[in-house]
Amino acid sequence: MKARDLTDLALRNLREAIFRNALTTLGVAVGVASLVAMLSLGVGLQELASKRLSQSGLFDTIVVTPKSTFRGAGRPQREAAQTDKPRRVLDEDARKEIEKFPNVIEVYPQIRFFTEVRFNNKPFATVVAGMPDSSRNSGSFDGMRGHFFSSPAANEAILQVEFAKELSEKTDSLVGQDLVLRYAERQALSTNAPATGNSTESGGGFSVVPKELRLKIVGVVETEPAAGYGGYGNARLLIPLETAATLRAAQVNDLRDIVRDSGASKTTYPSLSVRAKSPSQVEGLETSIKNLGFNAFSLLDASKSLRTFFSVFDLLLGIFGSLALAVATLGIVNTLAMAILERRREIGVLKALGAADSDVQQLFFVEAGVMGLLGGLFGVLFGWLLGRALTYGTNVYLHRQNLNSIELSSVPWWLVLAALGFAVLVSLAAGLYPASRAAKLNPVDALRYE
Amino acid sequence: MSLPGPAIQLDHISRYYSMGAGSVRAVDDLSLTVAQNEFLALLGSSGSGKSTLLNLIGGLDRPTSGTIVANGQNIAALCSLELARYRRNTIGMIFQSFNLLTRMTLEENVELPLRLAEVDRTERPGRVREALERVRLTHRLGHRPVELSGGEQQRVAIARALVNRPKILLADEPTGNLDSATGEAILTLLQEQTKYGMTIVMVTHERGPAEKFADRLAIMGDGKLLSTSPARGVAQ
Repeated sequence: MKARDLTDLALRNLREAIFRNALTTLGVAVGVASLVAMLSLGVGLQELASKRLSQSGLFDTIVVTPKSTFRGAGRPQREAAQTDKPRRVLDEDARKEIEKFPNVIEVYPQIRFFTEVRFNNKPFATVVAGMPDSSRNSGSFDGMRGHFFSSPAANEAILQVEFAKELSEKTDSLVGQDLVLRYAERQALSTNAPATGNSTESGGGFSVVPKELRLKIVGVVETEPAAGYGGYGNARLLIPLETAATLRAAQVNDLRDIVRDSGASKTTYPSLSVRAKSPSQVEGLETSIKNLGFNAFSLLDASKSLRTFFSVFDLLLGIFGSLALAVATLGIVNTLAMAILERRREIGVLKALGAADSDVQQLFFVEAGVMGLLGGLFGVLFGWLLGRALTYGTNVYLHRQNLNSIELSSVPWWLVLAALGFAVLVSLAAGLYPASRAAKLNPVDALRYE
Repeated sequence: MSLPGPAIQLDHISRYYSMGAGSVRAVDDLSLTVAQNEFLALLGSSGSGKSTLLNLIGGLDRPTSGTIVANGQNIAALCSLELARYRRNTIGMIFQSFNLLTRMTLEENVELPLRLAEVDRTERPGRVREALERVRLTHRLGHRPVELSGGEQQRVAIARALVNRPKILLADEPTGNLDSATGEAILTLLQEQTKYGMTIVMVTHERGPAEKFADRLAIMGDGKLLSTSPARGVAQ
């Protein structure tokens, strides 16, 4: 029988016992809805986590360091020993070279230095970090008291809340007050070459001069935006990156560099942060940077672990969601088995009129498939609505806790198609036994059936 | 296409059914030939095996032994799919209880064999009308079987059997559920089909109408063919 005739007959049969078939289809719909709701929660949570992590810059950032930076003191310089090439220095030239790579958004030095802060004439020790202007949208500063830096070179500071508590018990009152940053500025020794701008030093080294800078506190942040890898401990006083660069504050690598390579005439950086356009481009960029002769690393592996975790999480949610669908398949088997009993004589007539076993089998298959498809469609709709309801309920709760709203569930296209496909597939599997039983009916017995 | 020679040739066919330790011989070593365009009436008491024989000729059942050659092919040797094709293209079947599908209209019931035979959709309405014209029932296309009388339902069943233009028409007690006048009208209709080159085998237990409309009578008893004779109408 042609597909169109088969579908015609199947739909007609389904309409005949519309109440029972509608209930069976509803059973499938509930099963699919449960599956979709569970998976949409998994996908939503995964997207939420990925978005937050992506905004944090952890997964699209590569930290570049000179080859020897992370080797411990006294350990042999293996890389240097293996090649005759001079070790590359992480300086302004290297920064510009990396900046030219495709898919690079920005390259900025990690400026961190341990220093002293004076507030209300009391000294406090902390690590200062320069924050690029792009970190404004990283999500790390969401919900902070006060505001982000007014300009990329403003003399302003944002305090990490733990440090703020050291300064004052009433952390809210700190915003708007001033503090004094005391730091050691590098000054070129003017023997042969005079210093020209920020990036040059004399060939002979530099002197260190104590300096002070008054900063206005503009915010107090709960998170630790400058935490993580590549630095020297968690920075708890954050200032704009450009401001940090103009300070020319002495950093831990300065002395080492001057001892190791007294001929160097330019400022070197302990590390550079390279931001890729997306996490997917991080791996390629890492390789390109390593080919330049630098160390490069990212949290890509951690990202992969996260994906693995969510895959397992989704699988578990999917299994729980499938339980309802498994029950629904029993409904399909039952409905079709009942239909065979009721339509036994009709099957006999069809066979007497020349229907092959395969025609009868396909007819029952199409009926099962249609119930699966309709159940799948309604199930996806119900599942989506359930996800929206959960998101709504969660957001009401979050608002009461003064927290930002989130997208708890997500139903991407692949989930819609997969749910529909799964519903049809499961329904066809459920129709396998009844269809084969119908096909095997002896026409003589079937015609005799009253 | 009709082949030269008999329309149906049964050669020593038997059909046994297992019943517990023993078996029932529904048809027992029966040989019979039905000529092209012949109207044969199979007569016999209940349980004589006539319906079983009709099912064997119709390809609904398989003989335990023997050969059945219908329209030139040995249907005892056909596989399930070929047997379905044989039922679709060579055979038309009519039943005592009409066996129309109640949820379909008259037109849809008659169209059903065309769907199974994968006849082009554009060709179907003409074929349905042609079949219904042969049973003089073109005015009730959209009605459902329950809205028709018994006689009309049987006429629809005949139209359904004719729509695929079969060579052999098998009728199992076609007048069993009808009053005698309506039954005679149906038999007249069947008799007319022989004019279109059709061979008819009809199972009945009513000797009178069979004598009147059939060309030949075959009497069965205990699964065996007891006798064959020309019908009285033919003899006269």
